[in-house]
Amino acid sequence: MAQTTRPLSPHLQIYKWQSQMVTSILHRATGIALAVGSLVILWGLVALSMGPDAWASFHAIAASPLGLALLFAWTWALWFHFINGIRHLYQDAGAGYAISTFIKASWFSIIGSLVLTLATWAYVFMGGAA
Amino acid sequence: MSRDLRNPLQRARGLGSAKDGVGHWWSQRLTAIALVVLVLWFVVLVLGLLGHDYQAVRASIARPWNALLMIAFIIAAFWHAVLGLQVVIEDYVHTRWLEVTSMIVIKLLAVAGVLAGVLAVLRIALGS
Repeated sequence: MAQTTRPLSPHLQIYKWQSQMVTSILHRATGIALAVGSLVILWGLVALSMGPDAWASFHAIAASPLGLALLFAWTWALWFHFINGIRHLYQDAGAGYAISTFIKASWFSIIGSLVLTLATWAYVFMGGAA
Repeated sequence: MSRDLRNPLQRARGLGSAKDGVGHWWSQRLTAIALVVLVLWFVVLVLGLLGHDYQAVRASIARPWNALLMIAFIIAAFWHAVLGLQVVIEDYVHTRWLEVTSMIVIKLLAVAGVLAGVLAVLRIALGS
């Protein structure tokens, strides 16, 4: 870190945890996770283009316990980044900056992403296709 | 504090310290808006394909609209990912050579990813 005589803002551990802060951190974390996950989408597409054998090995790994666990985590990352991203677009337009609105919206991102994730996987398992 | 004697307008014309003005910011938002629609389409597509065999999945992606939207999704997703990862690197990697190297690696990987993905969709759509 650069040496400076300027006053610096306190480090992260000084602050009390708040929902707005958690959503901000999670937005980055899920973004990084989704960037990695996009390589899996790519893998699936390339396997599909290569033929039934390549697709079968992709499908076997994706449907394995570890594969399903990762897909579940990525589903949540996707829905969180999705909802929170829309919230950011709304805020980029200059709206929703009243403190109470801001806190409510960040809780909406957290709870909404969990609801959508559970709904998605409820559909997957009710379809009996996993 | 600042020793910069330039007029603020002069600095603004130089597009600020990032050198690209608000171009990065706008690209990130535009790809985000596109991805709102494309992600919903993608999730509905994948959920609809659950339990289908190889031929059915391939035939579905091969349909013109699906192939077109899949290519749009790949380009928008990788572009958005590069812009996001770039900011993360700029914020946290303070060793200059490592910062530049990570940036180059990520951009080349994204280009390779887009090319591989688009080629895969074209092969599926055109049946070769």
